[in-house]
Amino acid sequence: MSESILLGHGGGGRLSQQLIAREILPRFGDGPLRTLPDAAALELSSCQIRFSTDSFVVQPLEFPGGNIGDLAVHGTVNDLAVAGAVPRWLSLALILEEGLPLVTLRRVLDALQRAAHQCGVVVATGDTKVVRRGQCDGMYINTSGIGEALPGFSLGVEHLVPGDRILVSGTLGDHGMAVLSAREGLQVHNGPVSDSRPLHRLVQAVQTWAPEIRFMRDPTRGGLAAVLNEMVMGREVGLHVRESALPYAPGTKAMAEVLGLDLLHVASEGCLVLLCAAGVAEKILACWHALPEGVGAKEIGWVTQRRGRVILETSIGGERVVDLPGGELLPRIC
Amino acid sequence: MCLAIPMKIIAIAEDGQTGTVDLDGVRYAVGLMLLDKPAVGDYVIVHAGYAIEKLDTAEADARLALFVSLAEVYERELGQEVVWVAPSPPRGHGA
Amino acid sequence: MNYMDGFRRLEAAVHFRARLAGHGRALAGQGRKVHLMEVCGSHTMAIARYGIRGFLPEQVALVSGPGCPVCVTDPGLIDVAITLAGQGVIVATFGDMVRVPGSHATLAKARAAGGRIEICYSPLQALQLAIHHPESEVVFLAVGFETTIAPIVAMLDTAMRQGVANLSLLTAFKLVPPALDALLADPDIRIDGLLCPAHVSAIIGADAYRPYAERHGVACVVAGFEPLDILYGLDGLVEQLVTNKPCVDNQYSRVVKAEGNRQAQRLMAHYLEPAAAAWRGLGSIPESALVLRRQFARYDALQRHGLTLQPGRHNPRCLCGEVLKGKIRPRECSLFGVACLPEQPLGPCMVSSEGSCAAEYKYEEC
Repeated sequence: MSESILLGHGGGGRLSQQLIAREILPRFGDGPLRTLPDAAALELSSCQIRFSTDSFVVQPLEFPGGNIGDLAVHGTVNDLAVAGAVPRWLSLALILEEGLPLVTLRRVLDALQRAAHQCGVVVATGDTKVVRRGQCDGMYINTSGIGEALPGFSLGVEHLVPGDRILVSGTLGDHGMAVLSAREGLQVHNGPVSDSRPLHRLVQAVQTWAPEIRFMRDPTRGGLAAVLNEMVMGREVGLHVRESALPYAPGTKAMAEVLGLDLLHVASEGCLVLLCAAGVAEKILACWHALPEGVGAKEIGWVTQRRGRVILETSIGGERVVDLPGGELLPRIC
Repeated sequence: MCLAIPMKIIAIAEDGQTGTVDLDGVRYAVGLMLLDKPAVGDYVIVHAGYAIEKLDTAEADARLALFVSLAEVYERELGQEVVWVAPSPPRGHGA
Repeated sequence: MNYMDGFRRLEAAVHFRARLAGHGRALAGQGRKVHLMEVCGSHTMAIARYGIRGFLPEQVALVSGPGCPVCVTDPGLIDVAITLAGQGVIVATFGDMVRVPGSHATLAKARAAGGRIEICYSPLQALQLAIHHPESEVVFLAVGFETTIAPIVAMLDTAMRQGVANLSLLTAFKLVPPALDALLADPDIRIDGLLCPAHVSAIIGADAYRPYAERHGVACVVAGFEPLDILYGLDGLVEQLVTNKPCVDNQYSRVVKAEGNRQAQRLMAHYLEPAAAAWRGLGSIPESALVLRRQFARYDALQRHGLTLQPGRHNPRCLCGEVLKGKIRPRECSLFGVACLPEQPLGPCMVSSEGSCAAEYKYEEC
């Protein structure tokens, strides 16, 4: 029988030590984690820090374009990035289900290590627990992150003024559709691929125009529709979005047609939404286009005076309201 | 009530009951038993994992061509050119 | 090449808008206003999603009909499915059904309470569930109009041929023409033209609508679900009315034949027979449902599990029935957008993403 996680791996005894010595330290032991202290001692050059946390419960654990490991790094790194910070340190908490194949855990940890390295973040502290079979779906991960604020940014939706432009850094809905297609048991070939990737370089690249950048967000759960609505809800301004300008990957779009989903409601994990003064939109786009993660960047609309409303100019020249998504994304036949 | 989309048959299983369909490169298997003599290369309308009817591509192409020619007919009817004036953003502030 | 993008082009839509405005002027000249009904929920959904209502002149009123299986489903059916889930049965259902209110709860709540509710994109997945869980009973919540009935019956055919014995259907199969008969017979309802469903028609054929044009003088256009199909369809309906020549115009000829899909019709007739059914808002309509024939009773979930279907209870202030008949717009209901919201629907028209209430709430500006 192939090796798998046992309850004893979380018991604090010999098996726990073995798991940490064999799987965690070789991957993450070259920083503060080396001596396994109870708390990491960190030094930051700035006292303007950003601090964020996120839990990852994705099913399936592995999906086209990534797995829960790189997702757990990118998710927290991106939360820091859109707050205008350079990510520096991560905590890593693993909750493993008894019976999880060790090979799966290794693939996840490998991806996590690679992603952390690419993002220039160090896993500074961690924890591992094992729960009984049936108490979690294979594994859950929580990561918290500390980043140093980039000078110049003063982000907030209260700064939005009519005429400001809305930019996105790439195609929308790829992650959500990749996960959903893997889950629906359709055995899709050549289907959507997750866009799980870090966004901090896109943020660092536009620091020059920081004073003209009003707000940034990554459209994860709830998709672009949720992010846009949160920005203007209860405010004096609204948003106008052009459907014909929205970038979609062909496989993602095709799968959304099959399952009857509105891609505005579907999560991305490697897309940045940025609102800025009209005058710098072109410059930011040109700058992003030079980076691999920003090649598909586009201007998709602007800020209006229609209070709290997100309006979509449809592909045929009609208009409709973009509403908050209802919650659980379900395939439709109707 | 009946979300269904056109996809192209690219393979048919030996028993003829299922086949692989394609939309813009995305592929999966659907039931074909509601069709009369499906063939590879046919476009079909897929609903809930089954092809429910064939799509007549000649009719579809003719309809697309009709839409183009209708535009001219309507302009003649109205005696003027119909142009789309897209909404544009208000003048921005800042840099 | 896909056969969707070409039917969503701005250039042609702009011309239809201008043309419809012209029809509006012609109608105004005749002092008329016409009432069109889009029968099918997928039309309702596409109309809202593409902002098509804004293309219509005020002389053309567009009302939504009863063509959403979720909306016309009686809460009693959900009650039975919840009872089954409580008995350890695996209930397989289309995603559209999990938030539909039964008399007391939804399938989503039953799932949270520990019931095994599996969401399927295709009836084939219900069959797979039954094959992979031979120790369990699987009930497929078989809801739909003609379009969906055909695939479900095809799945049943496969299940029988493979000797799968632990699968049964909880059927709520409904038919479009009897509902249209009932609507057109109601003296309170004024409908001048019908935008006839796309994929129901693929099964039943465009000839099914001839009585409405010939006997009732109602204009009929069979149209696809893409926005240009809909605009051209509406244009065709108004033109029939302006020129006073009602007929059945099959504009979705790339898919729909006059006689429909004979193979699907044969398969449905083999397994199913007509029966009366209660329609939310429309009441009981004779021969408006299809149920399993007696010889296939062991695939009928009610008989197999010894249950009976009781009429369910719904909120007395909910006006979904009036909405489904096209008598009122959703926002004329006192619950709309106040107590009844997509996140906590009180009536089925707010549950289904293609329900008139949900479409109006989500996509149309107040």
